[in-house]
Amino acid sequence: MTSRDRILQTVKKNQPVYTEGPSEIKHTEPANALEKFKNVLVSIGGAVLEIQSLGEVKQFIEKTFPNVQHIISSVSQLPYTKVLQQSVVSPHDFKHIQIAILEGKFGVAENGAVWLTENAMLDRALPFICENLILIVPAIKIVPTLHEAYYLTDAEQYNFGTFIAGPSKTADIEQSLVLGAHGPKSLTVFLLH
Amino acid sequence: MSELNIERDHASLAEDFNKDEKRVNWHDKTLWFIREKRDKAAWQIPEWEQLREHASHIKNHVLANLYDYLLEFERKAKENGVIIHWAETPEEHNAIVQSILKKYHVNKIVKSKSMLTEECHLNKFLEQHGIEVVDTDLGERIVQLANEPPSHIVLPCIHWKKEEIGVLFHKHLRTPEGNADPQFLTHAARVHLREHFLTSKVAITGVNFAVAETGEFVVCTNEGNADLGAHLADVHIACMGIEKIIPKRKDLAVFLRLLARSATGQPITTYSSHFRKPRVGQEMHIVLLDNGRSKRLASDDFRNALKCIRCGACFNTCPVYRRSGGHSYHTAIAGPIGSILAPAWDIKKNSDLPFASTLCGSCSNVCPVKIDIHNQLYKWRQEIVRNGYVSTKKKVSMNFMELILSNPLLFTLSGWIGRKILTYLPFIVNNNFNPWYKQREMPIPPKESFRSWYQKNKQH
Repeated sequence: MTSRDRILQTVKKNQPVYTEGPSEIKHTEPANALEKFKNVLVSIGGAVLEIQSLGEVKQFIEKTFPNVQHIISSVSQLPYTKVLQQSVVSPHDFKHIQIAILEGKFGVAENGAVWLTENAMLDRALPFICENLILIVPAIKIVPTLHEAYYLTDAEQYNFGTFIAGPSKTADIEQSLVLGAHGPKSLTVFLLH
Repeated sequence: MSELNIERDHASLAEDFNKDEKRVNWHDKTLWFIREKRDKAAWQIPEWEQLREHASHIKNHVLANLYDYLLEFERKAKENGVIIHWAETPEEHNAIVQSILKKYHVNKIVKSKSMLTEECHLNKFLEQHGIEVVDTDLGERIVQLANEPPSHIVLPCIHWKKEEIGVLFHKHLRTPEGNADPQFLTHAARVHLREHFLTSKVAITGVNFAVAETGEFVVCTNEGNADLGAHLADVHIACMGIEKIIPKRKDLAVFLRLLARSATGQPITTYSSHFRKPRVGQEMHIVLLDNGRSKRLASDDFRNALKCIRCGACFNTCPVYRRSGGHSYHTAIAGPIGSILAPAWDIKKNSDLPFASTLCGSCSNVCPVKIDIHNQLYKWRQEIVRNGYVSTKKKVSMNFMELILSNPLLFTLSGWIGRKILTYLPFIVNNNFNPWYKQREMPIPPKESFRSWYQKNKQH
């Protein structure tokens, strides 16, 4: 008998009497999802801007990061290097990226998180290894809570997906909040109308 | 000192921690501050209590159907191209990890926070076999450099002052002497650990939730260290306890809404990453550990502890933890939840822990999955006494108390004696032979017992 079989047999023998799973949970939704999303994201260290066109992203980058050389983008309408997934040799190739611009699927109002899946990341490592992360999310795609978020992604066939809520951070040293622990030092979310 | 198999018990270790009163007060306040942040976050969700109830219900359901869910999870994860391993004991778990590392001839790994690997003492094991383990969570790296275990499951170096971290980093990371600025020190650690991320072929992570329906698992961090490690490595090993399974993806909504709010008062952790399939060219392993969990399923009294999602809320609220520090618990998981988990691993070595509590119940009140922690602490005490794992001193005094409390005549008499001693001969109890007197004043004795007052004053 293998360890697997022994564990499973013990579990089968010892698990308590069957109980039904809980029914659906009723939950309240914030009145104005877009406003809530913006407020929460700012409160967790992110920046958020509502824009009418992608051109505003370029303007923002020129103004905020004037001397930045290594920019990578998955958005074809923007004039930055776009690397196709197939051409990526190793995720280590992204270690010098200063700004990554990626498209998020939707945002979650209650916690300021943006959902993105592997095929929108260029590489799984990119949203984590870049120094500054910019996410572009359609302004109409802000859901109130995580319940709607999982409803939306239920049929999705992703290999890797993540919620990103603000820049990487830590408060491990005497509870002082520091942005930019291992991942991006800044996160800017553009809500595109 | 206890005369049991414990080298130093909680009470004696806590006494050391309490020598520096200012530091204890600081520790206490810092943790209470986090408890308050938890409250503020919880109060913003009108259905918070229903969420807790719901989460508890899901976990009960999982424990009652764990056999089927484990099989479903295994099947789906395999379909996803993940390699599944099963370990009955920490030794087997560690051997599995080692065998994977051997295959790749690595002498170094990066590891993000995993309480399970702490439970298995994986670091020590791998280091004995010539493999360097680099803990990448900042707090964990700090305690690792200091050659200490974490003192809190969410905030591993909550007991460290920034000046001390400055000294530690000066020694190990060559930061300038005397610099204790958190921003500066965090940046130094970022640079130091980035190098390790980029040069490590194997990454180990923990698992917060594993979904039976899809075979995916979710890892939550604020720093992004689990992701950096896993996505840059050729091999990703995720280590989890068999109780981490949840039935469906939609259940993640319930648990992710509760987890970070309960832990630190954040609405969600910065990263909640859902690993379903390895990336092209990568190898992904999951090690499922039992270590007594399957046995515990049979116990109506103690099964509930398996619902824990490791948020640490019970630590932050616990008046004993806040004033005794994590290391006083001498076990991988400290605090109230650790005190009910550890006796199941080793009742002899951890027989002191269920007594490291006032049974105030605050832990149960903040637990996001409604574990009746204080009830279990009380039940463990009974179990421990029944099995003879208490000191003779405690045993004798408990028997003495039982004798008095079960005999009305003796009870009345000893009340009378107590009042007389406190009034006329206080030196008999106000001395260091009385452990109760150590940090407390004895009460002012009442003139008469309640019983005699009641008999005089009752109207009918």
